Amino acid sequence: MSINLDDLSLYQKLRNFLFFCRIFIAQNQAMEDMLFYDRLQFAFTITFHYIFPQLTMGLSLMIVYFKWKYLRNKIEKYNNAAKFFMKIFAVNFTMGVVTGIPMEFQFGTNWAKFSELTGGIIGQTLAMEGMFSFFLESSFLALFIFGEKLMGQKLHFLTGLFVFIGSWASGWFILATNAWMQHPVGHEVLENGKFVLDNFSELFTNPWLIPAFLHNQMASVVTSAFVVASIGAFYILRNKQTEYGKLFLKTGVIFGLISSLLVAFPTGDWNAKNVAKYQPGTFAAMEGIFETEHAGAEIVLIGQPNMLDKKLDNKIAVPNILSFLTYQDWDRQIAGMDQFKAEELPDNIPALYYSYHIMVGLGTIFIGVMFVALFFLWRKKLFTMKPLLWMIMFLVPFPYIANITGWYTAELGRQPYLVYGLLKTSDGISPTVSSGNTLFTLLGFVALYMLLGLLFLVLVGKTINEGPNHQKH
Amino acid sequence: MEIFWYIAIAIVLAIFFVLDGYDFGAGIVHLFFAKEEKDKEVITKSAGLFWDSNEVWLVAAGGMLFMAFPTFYASVFSGFYLPLIIVLWLIVFRAIGLEFRGQFKYQMWKDIWDKSFGVSSLLLALFFGIALGNIVRGVNLGIVDNGVAAHEGHYFFLPLWDSSFSPLTEHPGVIDWFTVLIGIISVVTLTIHGANWVILKTNSSINNKLKGVIFKLNITLAVLTALSLILWQNVNPNSLDNFADKPYLLVFPIVYLAGLVGLFFIKKIKKDSHAFLFSTLLILGGITSSLASLFPVILPSVNDVHEHLTIYNTSASQYGLSVALTWGILGFILIVVYMIVQKRLTSGKIDNMDYGH
Repeated sequence: MSINLDDLSLYQKLRNFLFFCRIFIAQNQAMEDMLFYDRLQFAFTITFHYIFPQLTMGLSLMIVYFKWKYLRNKIEKYNNAAKFFMKIFAVNFTMGVVTGIPMEFQFGTNWAKFSELTGGIIGQTLAMEGMFSFFLESSFLALFIFGEKLMGQKLHFLTGLFVFIGSWASGWFILATNAWMQHPVGHEVLENGKFVLDNFSELFTNPWLIPAFLHNQMASVVTSAFVVASIGAFYILRNKQTEYGKLFLKTGVIFGLISSLLVAFPTGDWNAKNVAKYQPGTFAAMEGIFETEHAGAEIVLIGQPNMLDKKLDNKIAVPNILSFLTYQDWDRQIAGMDQFKAEELPDNIPALYYSYHIMVGLGTIFIGVMFVALFFLWRKKLFTMKPLLWMIMFLVPFPYIANITGWYTAELGRQPYLVYGLLKTSDGISPTVSSGNTLFTLLGFVALYMLLGLLFLVLVGKTINEGPNHQKH
Repeated sequence: MEIFWYIAIAIVLAIFFVLDGYDFGAGIVHLFFAKEEKDKEVITKSAGLFWDSNEVWLVAAGGMLFMAFPTFYASVFSGFYLPLIIVLWLIVFRAIGLEFRGQFKYQMWKDIWDKSFGVSSLLLALFFGIALGNIVRGVNLGIVDNGVAAHEGHYFFLPLWDSSFSPLTEHPGVIDWFTVLIGIISVVTLTIHGANWVILKTNSSINNKLKGVIFKLNITLAVLTALSLILWQNVNPNSLDNFADKPYLLVFPIVYLAGLVGLFFIKKIKKDSHAFLFSTLLILGGITSSLASLFPVILPSVNDVHEHLTIYNTSASQYGLSVALTWGILGFILIVVYMIVQKRLTSGKIDNMDYGH
């Protein structure tokens, strides 16, 4: 080939082309950085936030129980228990509010495109949360704390009941929002990509919603039951306020066993079936099924996903169980990840797999521990069994981990979508907020939340240390 | 339907500023005027008892805005990214200050949270005013540079400041001399409001002194208001056209003026609640006048390429807005009931009321 002038201009064209490629790649990199930091900030702030509501939702139910017992038997102990836990509730509620406002803001600040496109739908459920549950909860919480003498016992019970309703309604609206993102219904997509509400009531009859809501609420009762039982075990072991220690431990163990069972069956089972039905690729990924088996699918108990060789390392599995659990048919075939295109699968399979297995593993342990504890409670030996008491006391972080990994399972499972199958996560970020600005605010949130977490522990520790007998009034 | 939701959100926002405004103001009063421990304690309490139920109005306003005007929500929240996140941090700091101050009896502990409460209250009042200034001034929608837009016409991003600190450049920042002026007006207004609240709700030893402070601040406010009107003409020459076209809108500036005039008689007003009412009028009038001057625009564009954001080009679907109306009315009635019950239980001076912690 000879070189002539045309070729030179071709060379220049090529150079220009490469130059634009570099700019394009740089821009692409910038976009990926933006997505990464937006996701990291949301993940961090929501994880921290969800430490608090999971306790308040479950605890409000237990407070209503204590107050109700007091109305029936008039034993002062129960009333003090209700008031004591409302103090702990109040600290958690405050933390929930101050860490919850950033969540609402972030829809707009970091996920502007998502807000713009779907605000007509999720704006409904989020606004309803603010209007119906948030106001209810905060007004009646204040009344419960200040108004016992003014209102009399029956009204005081009612205010507690309203706090419970408010906090569960809050969960209901948040789950309705999330259910729509997991399994979008009742909308229409316009040509400009906007989601428009088509049928309001479908948002609340979404087949994803009720199983997810019940599962989530039961899981929050598990957290609160473990917290109550753990405080009880602490008082008994410390040999101070043991009267309350026994009451808390007993109540915590009973609530704990019932809720741990309900989390697994039927609500957990129900959710798994929904994932298998509506997000089959996600189901294969979270169960760790790389290859489709001819007959029934095995259930994986332990193993590490090896994404290079597309298999599980160090696998321990039981044959045919997954098919039976999912379809009540030992030999039903379940599609493995080999049946799906890469874009139909979640983008972080190991994280999803671990989240799901940590949740399920911990859930199983909770049932076991609470079952043993209830057995010894029945044999009237629990209060003197030190090893078991120590264990119950130290188990308290684990329901939090189980709850949060449960949410990770739902959220990682939905990736790479914000609205399953319809809107990619990468298309939802704010177009004008650069990654440097997000990293700046992320660092700020990390620092602020560390301080907040520290103060929270000091405050809750102080309340627990003083105990329900401490009445300054 | 858009107009209905616009008014509803404006009302909720105005309620938020009136309610949370007094506890911001109490924070500022606390920072500058409270010297004795007893005064500090009651002033903190006068805010601490109410801040969380006041702040739910902000959450409600945010939720309603998201539902009714999603495009506006997306645009403004991402465009004012840094100031909004900083406001969030300040809200958290204030809350910690209020909630943690009384937990331990050490003087150093109290001092730390006193400052945290006071300084973040002051900065929040300033930032809310600056925010209002930004909305009134407008932003560079679509980030237009030399006539070329870098983004869609409803997206923008404002740095905290532009080196010229001028509202008249092509790329104005969040903080410039005009928005800072509005911010200072906001601080002065909320300080007056907060001082009135402290007088109304407590028997603190500085109550009498505060009346003198309110009087002086009110003179400052009158001067600043006049100044801002003149400068506003400079920033946006058409700023008062709406009032000329629709004279009935003048009712909002008149409300503001009534508050301003009323407060000059602060020392003669017998009932504390009347003084509080005047500063309430001041806030209501200030916010509604600013909104009315723009209507139906909610965020003006400072370039010629993109049109202003209005309630019509940022709203959700008609179906969505009308469905929300049904549940919205129900919700609003419930909220008013809660508020009345709560206010009745906490009426009167709060000096001896138990904090509940």
